[in-house]
Amino acid sequence: MEKFLTDEALPFCKGCGHHHIAGNTEKALQSLGMNPMDVILVTDIGCHGIIDKSFKTHTVHGLHGRSVALASGISAALENPDKKVIVFIGDGGTTIGMQHLFNAAHNGFNMTVVIHNNMLYGMTGGQCSEFTPMGFKTPTLPNGADKAGYDICKLIAAVDGVTYVSRLEGIGDFSEQLAEAFSKKGFSLVEVMEICPSYGVKSNPGMKLSNVMEGAGLDVKKYADTEAVNYKSKINQSSNVLFNDDDIIETAFPSKLEKEVRLMLCGSAGEGIQGAAEMLLEAGIVSGLNGTKKGSYPVTVGVGFSASEIILSSDEILYTGSPNPDVICVTSTDGLDYARKTLTSMKGGKLFLDSSLTAPETKAEVISFPFRERGGAKNSSMYCLFYMLTATGLFPMESLMKVFSESKISKKIDAEKMFQSLREPVIANETKKIIS
Amino acid sequence: MMQVKEKSKTVIMDGSKLIVESLVRSGADVFIGYPITPANLLYSYSLERFREFFAAPDEITTLQWMCGFSTTGKIPVTATSFPGYALMLESVNMAYMMELPMVIVLVQRLGPATGSATCGAQGDLSLLHGSISGGFTLPVISVSNMNDCWELSNKAMKMAVDLRTPVVLLTSKEEVMTQASFDISQLSEINLIERKQYSSNETFVPYKTEESLVPEFLKVGNAKHQVRFTASTHDQKGIIQNVAKEAIENTKRLEAKHILNLNKHLYFDYDKENGAETLLISYGITASASREAVKNLRAKGEKVSLLIPKTLLPVAPKYFEIISEYKKVVIAEENLSGQYRKILFGEFGNKNISGVNGFAEMITPAKIVDAVLFK
Ligand SMILES: Cc1ncc(C[n+]2csc(CCOP(=O)(O)OP(=O)(O)O)c2C)c(N)n1
Ligand code: SF4
Repeated sequence: MEKFLTDEALPFCKGCGHHHIAGNTEKALQSLGMNPMDVILVTDIGCHGIIDKSFKTHTVHGLHGRSVALASGISAALENPDKKVIVFIGDGGTTIGMQHLFNAAHNGFNMTVVIHNNMLYGMTGGQCSEFTPMGFKTPTLPNGADKAGYDICKLIAAVDGVTYVSRLEGIGDFSEQLAEAFSKKGFSLVEVMEICPSYGVKSNPGMKLSNVMEGAGLDVKKYADTEAVNYKSKINQSSNVLFNDDDIIETAFPSKLEKEVRLMLCGSAGEGIQGAAEMLLEAGIVSGLNGTKKGSYPVTVGVGFSASEIILSSDEILYTGSPNPDVICVTSTDGLDYARKTLTSMKGGKLFLDSSLTAPETKAEVISFPFRERGGAKNSSMYCLFYMLTATGLFPMESLMKVFSESKISKKIDAEKMFQSLREPVIANETKKIIS
Repeated sequence: MMQVKEKSKTVIMDGSKLIVESLVRSGADVFIGYPITPANLLYSYSLERFREFFAAPDEITTLQWMCGFSTTGKIPVTATSFPGYALMLESVNMAYMMELPMVIVLVQRLGPATGSATCGAQGDLSLLHGSISGGFTLPVISVSNMNDCWELSNKAMKMAVDLRTPVVLLTSKEEVMTQASFDISQLSEINLIERKQYSSNETFVPYKTEESLVPEFLKVGNAKHQVRFTASTHDQKGIIQNVAKEAIENTKRLEAKHILNLNKHLYFDYDKENGAETLLISYGITASASREAVKNLRAKGEKVSLLIPKTLLPVAPKYFEIISEYKKVVIAEENLSGQYRKILFGEFGNKNISGVNGFAEMITPAKIVDAVLFK
């Protein structure tokens, strides 16, 4: 018969319950006819975890509380579902890393988790865990815990995705119950109740494990036993390269722009600022220019300001920040608030401002136009973009028209109507104030 | 951002796209991640592009899953920002100790704590420098422009695989989110990186090494040899030891392997101007402002050289060789107190060494010009 344990003595105190789990695990694996090379034992940090050197299987020994997450990665990565991933973890590791158990169960990762529940942290000196039962004493709780510990079996059994959950008393031969759990595909969990003679017994003289369990309502039984939804990793069959020749933008209407131009579009979320900025960048490229674009918005993208900085240049663009824009378009109050600081520090350049807004102190030339009135709030950025290009002639209008007519926005905005209304003179009551 | 030449293929590009595409072509198998601004483009492109993609429930789990994948021979990748990296820290140490290759793309944003998610920064280098408990070096490779996003993603992965180590690919918000015209015709071919497996019939000793100081790899779960991984102090067999001599030697090897092999993974740009007495050093997002500053200075007839380190850690002796040729050194980086400057020259510094620093805004070329000209 295959041996799973070396001949050396196990590294635990005399009488420690961890001995029984190691021995019964070997027996269970033997009864299933497994080979040590088919088993990957992942151990947590704690007394139970230093068992790895005694096992002849593959072993992985990681961090305190993280063994189930580590085993999840191994399980998800293994292409052979017949390999057996077993996790040894304590009630301490389960306390600090509880989310990993829920998560692994939820995903149905193929593994068996064996919780060594001795109701305290053995390795660090017998402190209580979240599993210490009501009334159970530990060196740090001389009067006993004043609350019940978690019933991890009930909790995990409630997770959609779990295959098998059971609790047992870790005394005598429980290899058959372990073998049942090991034979399951998908996520299985066994909570083995046991005692730590060095701290548990010392703090609770004369205690009997079965009495403690009974008092705490920790029943020996199965909490879940269903058909496995065996975990299969999601392979992305439709992985496509992220860019290719279809994305190439050809130069169609070369620009005569000689110096670098920095632009800012500022408005409100939901009013097409980012779309207009992207269109400006693309149209610049159609004009043979180099360009960069970056967006700024608060963390909640749906409300507040939305702004974009665009640089266009016939030269290579190195620095992409734009402290001093040459052209700035402001189409809403949010946008104006965002642009205020920049506007006051501008030494020249042009400000295209919606006529509903009052320009702050600025050395930029202010050009007001009722973009919101004429195009509606949603299209105000696009109206402003076309107006700005007409006024500045940065690059040929044909470039912008080309990009516009190939975009989805052209289905929503009637270009003829837009040009018409951009040409119409501004009538007095439309404009609050024009400063020049 | 390249000049339009004949036959150029200009597209609208961002750094995230280049990084993800390059990593996949380099042979990365799986992306595991938890969303965080400004790393979200990397997340969404990875969902589209990686053969395997896992949405982890948090960053500790992310790193643990990555370690699990790495023990089976796969190459995992994630992308995060400071808050996520902070949670990963203990697990990064685990990967380092177990010698598990992986690439962590760290996109810097404004701290401390949650700070401002949508504002760029270069504030995490000190943390990376001290990431591994005990004074060990975690390799950090920093991109300085779009082309680096392409080339250095591949190099970071090569370093991770060749040296069996986690590697941090350091970027910042502006570098992975800014869109720009970009000529894809000049992108180099990306070489596929494979993880070699131990193939001998002799008993496998998991942490035994030869000259390279990097142990051969064999995946967990193979049918032939027992494989052990452990994050506790261990001997060559992967068995936990307290402070036994062999085990401590094995741990010290983790630093030695990086130093020994550094020159094979050393990347930097050195734009030397003959007769210059001032060296400007810059990396990451501030490298572009520095390139522009140097261009402007030279246009005015000022002599200045520029060093852009890309392999930031381990610090290469080569950098000090270059530095020693100059009377004055100026280091530009977007954090409060000069993190790389302190790594290179210590807290105390020296009167010939000055920093240009910025916080919550990109450092301008003008500010760098002033610092270089300051007497
Ligand atoms: C992150 C972290 N916090 C704390 C510790 C210290 N520590 C080591 S083992 C342990 C508790 C072990 O208890 P348990 O998991 O129940 O295992 P046992 O020793 O009882 O077998 C703790 C708190 C650690 N190793 N890592
Ligand atoms: S301290 Fe307790 S849990 Fe740890 S080995 Fe000793 S008896 Fe077992």
